[in-house]
Amino acid sequence: MTSYIFIIIGAVLVNNVVFVRILGLCPFMGVSKKLETAVGMGAATTFVLTLACGTSYLIDHYLLEPFDLAFMRTLSFIVVIAAIVQLTELVIQKTSPVLHQVLGIYLPLITTNCAVLGIPLLNVGLRHDLLESLLFGFGSSIGFTMALILFAGIRERLDGADVPTPFRGTAIAMVTAGFMSLAFMGFAGLDRFH
Amino acid sequence: MLTAILIMTGIAIVLGAALGYASIRFKVEGDPLVEKIDAILPQTQCGQCGYPGCKPYAQAISNGEADINQCPPGGEEGIRKLADLLGREFKPLSEEHGTEKPKSVARIDEQVCIGCTLCIQACPVDAILGAAKQMHTVVAPLCTGCELCVAPCPVDCISMVPVAETVENWKWKYPVHELRSVA
Repeated sequence: MTSYIFIIIGAVLVNNVVFVRILGLCPFMGVSKKLETAVGMGAATTFVLTLACGTSYLIDHYLLEPFDLAFMRTLSFIVVIAAIVQLTELVIQKTSPVLHQVLGIYLPLITTNCAVLGIPLLNVGLRHDLLESLLFGFGSSIGFTMALILFAGIRERLDGADVPTPFRGTAIAMVTAGFMSLAFMGFAGLDRFH
Repeated sequence: MLTAILIMTGIAIVLGAALGYASIRFKVEGDPLVEKIDAILPQTQCGQCGYPGCKPYAQAISNGEADINQCPPGGEEGIRKLADLLGREFKPLSEEHGTEKPKSVARIDEQVCIGCTLCIQACPVDAILGAAKQMHTVVAPLCTGCELCVAPCPVDCISMVPVAETVENWKWKYPVHELRSVA
């Protein structure tokens, strides 16, 4: 039981996808201008990433490994993720139009989020079983959501801040992201959660 | 090598079938026709057609509840486009919904305005600025010329000023020649 909690805490804080593993930077920089969109993107990613971790574990464990096809991992995971994203969009559009409107364009954009491919690949590397894979995926996406929300909050403040002209906009956002990444390095002290 | 191809093909077929099934099973009935009609309507949101705005009127046309000739701001050109889109006969603008006027914007005579805010509440596109007991003014680029603000004004200080044709806003006229079938 404790090992599962360690996996989640490790994925959220110690090895945060964005700040420590530097994955999923495109949505991190792209949709963090407003808090609302950051929350929507985070929710959509959490859903897809957890699902992708489960299915890619099944594909890897029952299809690729028995036939000694580990070199096909990246390719087959991408195919599966793309299909899951499409499927998710169809189901959400039908069952919950409100959620579909909130997530909007961010839902299909998740296909190209490298965190969604990276975490299943890491799962394979860390030799997680199915439950551990799901937890690792969920924890990582919670970490992603948290990073996105924190960053969006700071960027909303930055809009009103007296920033020197050459640093306005994306430049100061990059600097901020760097500082946040440095701050998250502090969690490396919780090393036993690794 | 062969197993790799077979397995990838297998995955692709299964996922393709699942997606195909899902797109039928979870099909959402959208109505692209309403969007197309709405795109033709002038978006004045004036309500002269008898519906609360352009989108509801588009909905009503699409449902067959309303005719295509109830939009005075769209004028003859608009009706012609609607007739083309829907494959119906062109008909002149219906009298009871108003007459076509040259495009104009509202102007507030600021000497007379008493700052009652009634016109602000009437404006469907928030093109009038002002506060209670302060002089109001019209933001001309936003004004759609719907005339909804003219009636509520208690001191009659709003007038509709036609927009003069300038080099900036001049457009090609819709062709007046009608194509007749040669039988």
